[in-house]
Amino acid sequence: MKVTIEVNGTVTSHDVEDRTLLVHYLRDTLGLTATNVGCDTSACGACTVLLDGESVKSCTILAAQASGHMVVTLEGLAGSELHPVQRAFRERHGSQCGFCTPGMIMAVVSLLRDNPKPDRDEIRLALKGNLCRCTGYQNIVDAVEAAGS
Amino acid sequence: MARIEDWALITSGGRYVEDVRDPALAGCRYGAFVRSPVAHARITGIDGSACRADVFTAADLDLPPAGRGPVVQPWLARDVVRYVGEPVALVVADDRHRLADAAAVVRVGYEPLEPVIGVEQALAGEVLLFPETGSNVVRVHGTSFDGAGFEGCEVVVTRTIVNQRLAPLPLEVRGAACVWLAGRLVVWLPTQNAHAARDLIAAALGAPVRVITPDVGGAFGAKMGADPEVVVLGWAARRLGRPIRWTETRSENLVAMTHGRGQRQTITIGGRRDGTVLAFRLDAVQDAGAYPRSAAKLLPKFTCLMAAGAYRIPVVEARVRAVLTNTTPVASYRGAGRPEATAAIERAMDLFAARIGMDPVAVRRINFIRSFPYTTPTGACYDSGDYHTALDRVLAAGGYRELRAEQERRRAAGDVVALGLGIGCYVEVTGGGGVGEGARVVVGRGGVATVHTGSSPHGQGLASTLTMLVSHRLGVDQVIVRHGDTDLIARGTGTFGSRSLQYGGSAVSRAVDLVVDRARDRAADMLETAAGDVELTAGVWRVRGAPSSRGLTWAELCSAEELAADVWFDDAEPTYSFGAHLSVVEVDTETGRVVLRRMVAVDDAGRVINPETCVGQRHGGLAQGIAQALFEEVRHHPDGSLVDGCWGVGASELPDFELLDMATPTTRNPLGVKGIGESGTIGSAPAVQNAVIDALSHLGVDHLDMPASPMRVWQAIS
Repeated sequence: MKVTIEVNGTVTSHDVEDRTLLVHYLRDTLGLTATNVGCDTSACGACTVLLDGESVKSCTILAAQASGHMVVTLEGLAGSELHPVQRAFRERHGSQCGFCTPGMIMAVVSLLRDNPKPDRDEIRLALKGNLCRCTGYQNIVDAVEAAGS
Repeated sequence: MARIEDWALITSGGRYVEDVRDPALAGCRYGAFVRSPVAHARITGIDGSACRADVFTAADLDLPPAGRGPVVQPWLARDVVRYVGEPVALVVADDRHRLADAAAVVRVGYEPLEPVIGVEQALAGEVLLFPETGSNVVRVHGTSFDGAGFEGCEVVVTRTIVNQRLAPLPLEVRGAACVWLAGRLVVWLPTQNAHAARDLIAAALGAPVRVITPDVGGAFGAKMGADPEVVVLGWAARRLGRPIRWTETRSENLVAMTHGRGQRQTITIGGRRDGTVLAFRLDAVQDAGAYPRSAAKLLPKFTCLMAAGAYRIPVVEARVRAVLTNTTPVASYRGAGRPEATAAIERAMDLFAARIGMDPVAVRRINFIRSFPYTTPTGACYDSGDYHTALDRVLAAGGYRELRAEQERRRAAGDVVALGLGIGCYVEVTGGGGVGEGARVVVGRGGVATVHTGSSPHGQGLASTLTMLVSHRLGVDQVIVRHGDTDLIARGTGTFGSRSLQYGGSAVSRAVDLVVDRARDRAADMLETAAGDVELTAGVWRVRGAPSSRGLTWAELCSAEELAADVWFDDAEPTYSFGAHLSVVEVDTETGRVVLRRMVAVDDAGRVINPETCVGQRHGGLAQGIAQALFEEVRHHPDGSLVDGCWGVGASELPDFELLDMATPTTRNPLGVKGIGESGTIGSAPAVQNAVIDALSHLGVDHLDMPASPMRVWQAIS
C-alpha cells in the first residue's frame, strides 16, 4: 500500500507492504537509522519517535497508521544548533553505548513539552518506558533536569 | 569534558550493525535461525520444503567440528538438541517479511528426551547430556576440603544460597552482516574482541576473514568473540554467493544469547565469638548450561580466586564444580565469577555476625586485610588497598549510626515498613582474564595523532579516555581513535574483565613514549642541536631553556614523514580494585515490596584518568547489581522452557546513587590504574541483598536468595 508521511519536515511517500511497522519504514525505506529496535514487545523504547508531537514507540504502530501524519526522529531534532535536550545529554554524559539514546532523547523532548520543569521523581517515572542498560539512568535524569531548567 | 563518542550518538545515532549500509552489502539476503523449542530431544527430521527460501541444516554444513571431543556445541544441532533456543537450521530469504514467513513453516521433528534442569539433577547424573562422558560435571576447579580449619572454631555457620541465573540483556541484540569479497569473508559484527572472532571464524571456514566492529549497543561479557551462528552465516554467504544480514529478535536473545551467574553455593564460615573469622569454605556448583562456555572455565576460576574477599582469613577453601544442564549456555556477565564470590563471602560475614550477635560492620573491621601486598589462601595477590577506610567513608556519608537508630525506632513503634541496612565490601581482580594488548600511535601530517588500540570499547567511552591521555602527553589538538577492525589493528585482545585502561591504556601510553623519543631525535636534527637539548612544551618542540626560540609544532615535525610506534604491552599483572557499598532499603512487611532508598558507594580503582566515564561505569554497574538483588532472574520450568525472563530495570526503580571518591594507586602498570567496569555490580548486589535481610532480621529471617521479589519476601515473613 502507499503511505505518505511527513518525516523531519519532508513529505515522504512510498509503496510498502501492509504489515510494515513505522520503525521499519523509517529505517529501511527512508534510511533513517537513528531510531533503533531493541525488543519485540514494546518494552524498551529504543524506537521512540514523535508522532504529531507526541512520543510513540514506532515498533507498535504500522506505517499505514502514520500515513497523513507528521513524524520527527532524532535526525530531525537539531536545527542550526543542537536541541537543548541533545546538548544536555552531551554535557551530562547521558549516553554510554548510545543504543537507547535516540529513543530516550525523543521521549524526553515529549516529556518536557508536557511538563517543562519536572522533578527527579517525575523524570524517572516518565522514562520508565525507555530502558537503558548502561548508565543506571542517573546522568540521563541529570540531563533532563538540565534541559528543563 | 564531553565524550568524543557522543556527537554522533545524539545527532544521527550510532552506527550499529543493523545500520551498516556498506555498498558491498547491496542486494543482501536475510537470515534467521530456526531454534529448538524443547530442552532435550532427538531430532527426527527437518523439513523445509514448505519454505520459499533457502534452508540449511547441520547435514549441509561442510565444516570442521566446532571443537575437540564430544562436549562441544555444534554449529547447528545435528542429532540432539540440548536447550531451548539451540540453533537447528538457518533460513535465508530475500527480505525480512519473506524471512519471517519462511522460518515459521520449517518443520522439525523432535523425539523428547528427559531434560536435566538445575544443578541438583545435573549432579545426580541419572540423565546425562553427553552419555559418552559418564558425567554431567565438566570441570572441577579449586581445592579439596579437609575440614581442619574449622576445628578450633567456637561458631560455625553453614548455608546453601543461590546466585541466580541472569540474562545480560544489552539493548542491542546480536546480529551480523557477512559478505565474501575476493575470497575473503568480511563480517560486521558487534563483538568485544574482533581478533578472537576473526580467528574463530577463519579456522572454521578455512579462509581469511576480516572482522569490522561497528558501534556495539552494549555487551556486558555476552558478546565475546563470535557465536556459532556467525560461522553458519559466513558459510551460507559463501554457499549462496550473496551477502547475508542477521539480527535476532529480543525473544530469541533471551534464550539464545549466553546467560550469566547461575551458582548454587554452600558457604561455611567459622570463627570466635569475639568476631575473628578463622575459616571460610565456598563449595559451589556452577550451572554451565548445555555446552561449556566460560562458565565451565573462567567463572569457576575467578570465583575460587576471589573467595576470601576483603578479609584476612587463615583458612579459605574454595571449589566450584561446573555441570551441564539442558539450558542456555552460561558465560561471562559483568563480573564473571567475581560477583558470585563476593556475594558468598559477604553473605557469610553477615550470617556469622548475626550468629554471634555482633554488628556486621564490626565483624568486617575485625577481619579486614590491612597490609599489602597480600596473598590470599586461594592464590590472589592483592596489590594495594585500604578496605577499612572505604567502609568508614560510606558509613560516615550514609549516617550509619543514625540509620540504625531509626531502624530501632521503627521496630519499637511497630512500623509495617521496615528499614534495612546492608554492607557489601568487595575486592575484584581486574585485567585477570587475558594476555597483553596492542597499540599503534601515529602522528601524521597536520600533526593529527591516530591511535589504533586492540581494546574494543562498546559504551565505556575508552576513545575519549585515550584521547585525553594522548592529547595531554603530546600536546596535540586532534586525536583519532580506531579500534575493532582486524585490517587496521594488527593485533588485539579486546575489552572484557575491566582490562581496557590497564592494558590498552598502558599500551597506548608506551607507544606515546616511543613516539616522543623518536620525535625528540627528529626535532634535535631539525633544530640542529642534541636530543638532550630539546623539550616538548604544550605541543611545541624547542631548544631547552629558550622559550622564545624557534619552535617546531607536530605538524612541522611530521610534514614530510609521519612518526609512529607499535607496542605490544604485556608486562603488567592483574590489579585488585576494591570498595564498600552501603544500601538502605525499606521493606513493606504487609506486601513484601522492597524499595531501595539509598545507595552509597566507594569504588577505588587506583588512579582515575577520565572522571566522567569512571562515574558512568560505576552508575551502570550499580544498576545491574541492584537489578540482580531485587528484580532479575532467568527461571526455567522443569521441562526446560523459560518461565521468567524479567528484563531490564527502569529509571523509576532506582534512586540517585551517592558516590564517594577514593584512589589508591597501584604499581602494577605504568598508568597506576585498576579496572572499574565491574566494581559497581560486584559490590551492590550483596549490599542490597544484605539490606533486605537486615530489614527482616527482627522477624527471624537470616537469609533470602536473590532477587528479593515481593513474593519471596512475603513468603519469608509469613
